[in-house]
Amino acid sequence: MLKTYKFPKFEYRPSPEQSGAVPNRHAVVVVGAGPIGLTAALEFASRGISAVVLDDNDTVSVGSRALAYAKRSLEVWDRLGCADRVVEKGVSWKVGKVFFRNELRYQFDLLPETDHKMPAMINLQQYYLEESLIEEIGRQPLVDVRWKHKVVGLKQANDHVVLSVETPDGEFSLTADWVVACDGANSDVREMVGAKFSGQAFQDRFLIADVVMKAGFPPERWFWFDPPFHRNQSALLHRQASDVWRIDFQLGQDADPDEERKPERVIPRIRAMLGDEHNFELEWVSIYQFACRRIDDFRYGRVLFAGDSAHQVSPFGGRGANTGVQDIDNLGWKLRLIIDGEAPIGLIDSYNEERGVAADDNLLNSTRSTDFITPKSATSRRYRDAVLELAANNEFARPLLNSGRLSRPTPYVNSSLNTPDEDVFDSRLAPGTNCEDAPIRRNAEEAWLLNQLGNGFVVLTFGVSPDLETIAHGLVKASILVVGRDIEDCRGILCARYDGRPGTTYLIRPDQYVAARWRQFDADNIRKALARAIRCCRG
Amino acid sequence: MDLLTKPNIADPDGFYQELIDSQRDMTEEAAELMNCKLVLILANHVGDRGVLREAISRARGSSTED
Repeated sequence: MLKTYKFPKFEYRPSPEQSGAVPNRHAVVVVGAGPIGLTAALEFASRGISAVVLDDNDTVSVGSRALAYAKRSLEVWDRLGCADRVVEKGVSWKVGKVFFRNELRYQFDLLPETDHKMPAMINLQQYYLEESLIEEIGRQPLVDVRWKHKVVGLKQANDHVVLSVETPDGEFSLTADWVVACDGANSDVREMVGAKFSGQAFQDRFLIADVVMKAGFPPERWFWFDPPFHRNQSALLHRQASDVWRIDFQLGQDADPDEERKPERVIPRIRAMLGDEHNFELEWVSIYQFACRRIDDFRYGRVLFAGDSAHQVSPFGGRGANTGVQDIDNLGWKLRLIIDGEAPIGLIDSYNEERGVAADDNLLNSTRSTDFITPKSATSRRYRDAVLELAANNEFARPLLNSGRLSRPTPYVNSSLNTPDEDVFDSRLAPGTNCEDAPIRRNAEEAWLLNQLGNGFVVLTFGVSPDLETIAHGLVKASILVVGRDIEDCRGILCARYDGRPGTTYLIRPDQYVAARWRQFDADNIRKALARAIRCCRG
Repeated sequence: MDLLTKPNIADPDGFYQELIDSQRDMTEEAAELMNCKLVLILANHVGDRGVLREAISRARGSSTED
């Protein structure tokens, strides 16, 4: 029981399939109602696909767990209609400070650039996030969440999967064209398909404590190396919603988890950190170890993996949940086109291609941060300390200092869905990169670019109005959005970010990633790039 | 650019003495920390990743001697 939060209890209802009264075949079954499974359900619903979500529990996350949500995740939830509540409830922040012993050594700003609709990062306890997502699902007739439904068996057929599901009323089977496994790092589904999940496990133990406290610290990320209150280890402080603060202590390899989670051990540690002037109450405590590993393939037949079931990273950098949301962002439109017969089934393999690259990038960043924060030898510790000491007065050392590289979307630079640049651009939005937001005007009202992109492919073109409404390849249509006709770049920020000159044209995917760009609007080129982006090779 | 492997330091004995003298009054631990700082400072001065890679490999003893 938490002091600032009452856990909702969601009612178990027997599934209609158990009495055999309804047709038992679903387009998509999502396993797991955590942040990623719930996002997946909303994603599919937003694309007109009904989804059944199975969860073995009947409440939200116990403990704050996933904490920091980055701009890209917020942009995805904005597309799904629930970012406002998350942002409003969460604590926005963008400044991180790094201390060595008791001195401030380095300070960073995640979003020095203004004019984005979404903040750089927000902190929000996982249970609040899940509650917001569940609330939004309540408005979605296409999503059917079933609590106390545990997947206990799985059988693949050529074009479907049969799941054995256990409920308080016994076991039954459910047939799905596609299964999306969002059942976390210890995924049963992953076990059932026999996938490999390999990487590196780290020995250090960490203590997470949530404390309730009225404190005037600014909403910033504060990270300490070897602080006076916790010698030879690291510590991290984050502000969350409802006056709850997250404190992480590195405990080392030899810590005894059962001892360390006792309040009489935890409270003195926190008091040493905060000083006697702050009254606090302990809300939640957890001891954890972490691993950096990934699944060998994000697709096993008709089963697709997303979130922690596909990859597990260290907590430094807030990469876990954010990466999972991006998995879903990538998967939703592809599955929609395949289910509706608008793209060949081969398109689904680009999910593993693109998100596999992102997983590797996240693992690399996460492993590097871990090696800096928890050095494995006396010499690597000395190098770490040398960086920290130099960082005070030597600008060159600051980029070497690594207290976690915060989550940013990995561009799909070499994706087979991209049409490589032939023209020269002074903009970082190369094919495979997610679009940057920009303030615009539409119908004389202030608005944001990303909100104009809708759910399908978009051709964004600057200055010149083509005499076409859409461009199609087969059944897949791209709508045309003209800057200067449909939207106005009143402050010049859009043109600056996209290097938009008269004729400049971007083909944007339904997940708001750039598929191709040119200096001229050419319907044939756009059609070819569209075919490539959906893996229809005979354009 | 390649890693310079021919002598490039003027007054080698003077340089060597300066290096050793700089740590004369230090504990082993302080000297080791200083060495790490020195590596980082010089590495930043070099900057070129190819040269740094070659230097790391040579220092490890895994590249051929002259």
